[in-house]
Amino acid sequence: MLKIVNLHARIGDTEILKGLTLELGAGKVHAIMGPNGSGKSTLASILAGRDEYEVTEGSITFEGVDLLELDATERAVAGIFLAFQYPVEIPGVSNINFLRTAINSIREQREEAPLSGKDFLAKVKACAQLVELDGKLRDRSVNEGFSGGEKKRNEIFQMAMLEPKLAVLDETDSGLDIDALRIVSHGVNSMRDPNRSFLVITHYQRLLDHIVPDHVHVLAGGRIVHSGGKELALELEKKGYDWILDAQAEKA
Amino acid sequence: MSAKEDNPLLDEFTRKEYEFGFTTDIEADKVPPGLNEDVIRLISAKKEEPQWMLDWRLQAFEVWKTMEEPDWAHVNYTKPDYQAISYYSAPKSKVPLGSLDEVDPEMRATMDKLGISTEEQKRLSGVAVDFVMDSVSVATSFKDKLAELGIIFCSMSEAIKEHPDLVRKHLGTVVPVKDNFFSALNSAVFTDGSFCYIPKGSRCPMELSTYFRINEAGTGQFERTLLIAEEGSYVSYLEGCTAPQRDENQLHAAVVELIAKDDAEIKYSTVQNWYPGDAEGKGGVFNFVTKRGICETRAKISWTQVETGSAVTWKYPSCILKGDGSVGEFYSVAVTNNAQQADTGTKMVHLGANTHSTIISKGISAGNSQNSYRGLVQMGPRARNARNFSQCDSLLMTDTSGAHTFPYIESKHPTAQVEHEATTSKIGEDQIFYCLQRGLTEEQAIGLIVNGYAKEVLNKLPMEFAVEARKLLSISLEGSVG
Repeated sequence: MLKIVNLHARIGDTEILKGLTLELGAGKVHAIMGPNGSGKSTLASILAGRDEYEVTEGSITFEGVDLLELDATERAVAGIFLAFQYPVEIPGVSNINFLRTAINSIREQREEAPLSGKDFLAKVKACAQLVELDGKLRDRSVNEGFSGGEKKRNEIFQMAMLEPKLAVLDETDSGLDIDALRIVSHGVNSMRDPNRSFLVITHYQRLLDHIVPDHVHVLAGGRIVHSGGKELALELEKKGYDWILDAQAEKA
Repeated sequence: MSAKEDNPLLDEFTRKEYEFGFTTDIEADKVPPGLNEDVIRLISAKKEEPQWMLDWRLQAFEVWKTMEEPDWAHVNYTKPDYQAISYYSAPKSKVPLGSLDEVDPEMRATMDKLGISTEEQKRLSGVAVDFVMDSVSVATSFKDKLAELGIIFCSMSEAIKEHPDLVRKHLGTVVPVKDNFFSALNSAVFTDGSFCYIPKGSRCPMELSTYFRINEAGTGQFERTLLIAEEGSYVSYLEGCTAPQRDENQLHAAVVELIAKDDAEIKYSTVQNWYPGDAEGKGGVFNFVTKRGICETRAKISWTQVETGSAVTWKYPSCILKGDGSVGEFYSVAVTNNAQQADTGTKMVHLGANTHSTIISKGISAGNSQNSYRGLVQMGPRARNARNFSQCDSLLMTDTSGAHTFPYIESKHPTAQVEHEATTSKIGEDQIFYCLQRGLTEEQAIGLIVNGYAKEVLNKLPMEFAVEARKLLSISLEGSVG
């Protein structure tokens, strides 16, 4: 579904990704872990099409399409969703109005008819239940005055509404208490589907207790330096990253 | 970051033609350019005015000749040549029309293009439309229905003929002839406008609405509006304008006077979209307007404005809170793009005790424009326990635009309270990216964010107007982030 080959990217004069290669199959959950500053959030931003980052080398293909040729809106239309690490507040714009505009914009660009008010509201109801988002939060301005946990639940709510093919979760677990973590994970797990892939970026093993990945990758120094199954996360939790980094250093 | 280089959309939209830049091909009856006593006599004669009206105009002309065009506003423009302007132009059809169906088809088409199909308005929203093209009212609806309630809603020309006592008693009492250069000019040469009278205790059952449009090349338009709400009455008045594209500057110097007697309430809403000129500001409308209302005891006046047009705007809808317990409100969204300049705000003059005023001003600056808020809050020596709250927010869309705030506060009573809050922010790249990631286009993202920012003000507009205003905000700012 997603194929990243030898990706190099920088912001300003700083090179952050230095030859990252990664392939995601349909219906799979891949977790990316790694030390601070290794390029995890950069990868998420580049996938979503943020233009501060300059890709200097390599390629990203999404369902056979060159993703780097698409702008951020086109990528959303193609089915890529990013759950933001720091969801943005948009004062004065209700969550519901925002989502309705988003859904109908995507549908229009896919040359589909707009969702009727009735269908939209039915969907809102179902998706809100999934992440236990109450009516007040749905009607309030986008993320304005939301707690950290509410913002993250709102991200998953939006994901459920938009039904992406590829969902990138950028440290969705940061700032969550145990209950919120459980709710968010439940939302994600409910959306697992043979046609939908997840790229879960996290610092902590504990999220992966709830969202069990098919593959775990270690991103360090701008490259994937180690990959394994779900048990790799546990090993990392116990032993840290140094042993992998040391092994890398030896190889080099 | 240079907006133009980095944002092809900006470039595309700043070159976009003004959406309402069409003209109507109707023969006009026009006075040659120039201003002197003869022209004023001619205007008055064409309008079949009584002698007192002509005398008033001539006196105003004498006053105007002694005055100088003000230059204290934060705007920069070449002063118009007042002798090069034609001061009267009227559509040729002279016979008074009984129904809208009799209106010139060309003119009907213009109304349709403006999206204000009168019949639709009538049917859907119950709005009585007094459509002013150039200087003379061409269609007035709902008049009979209003007449049953004793409400008078007609053109100023008609009011001068039909209700001379009311006009004579109130005209120039809120904005005196010599108030300023433009009010004096308007008093001398005004051609038409709206007149509205709400009798004691009467609640006007519909939004009264006027659409203005400048249509004749080189024609100055000098509207005069007078709105009188008698004791305990209520009226909501809407005014909206779009102007066709022209290459020469068009001067618009209107005067609006509102009179709210004891316990009366007037809501006055404006959506202003005069032609702003090309990307360099060439050819845009100069909008130099004097709007003021006076509140007697416990009366209330609310001004709500959405300003997106004009090359240069100079406009301060104000309230004189004369009576004890009276209330003044000013809600404004002012958008400037490209080379537009706006110096706009309000004056709240608290004379009575326990008077309250609220000012919410939202400025949005894009392109290379300059957007200034200028406001005066004055607490007089009798203004015991008077209170004011002002909030002035500025949103910058580009690095090349400017936002300025000039608040003036004068307090002559120790118990008066004045609060002023001001913020300036730049539209967030993060906000836009968040929207794009959710599948919105850049235009939609900006429309949504800006409408959210201006929501407090837009919510004060009557429903059908709010929809139009939202659309206008998005159109005015398409692709203008940088």
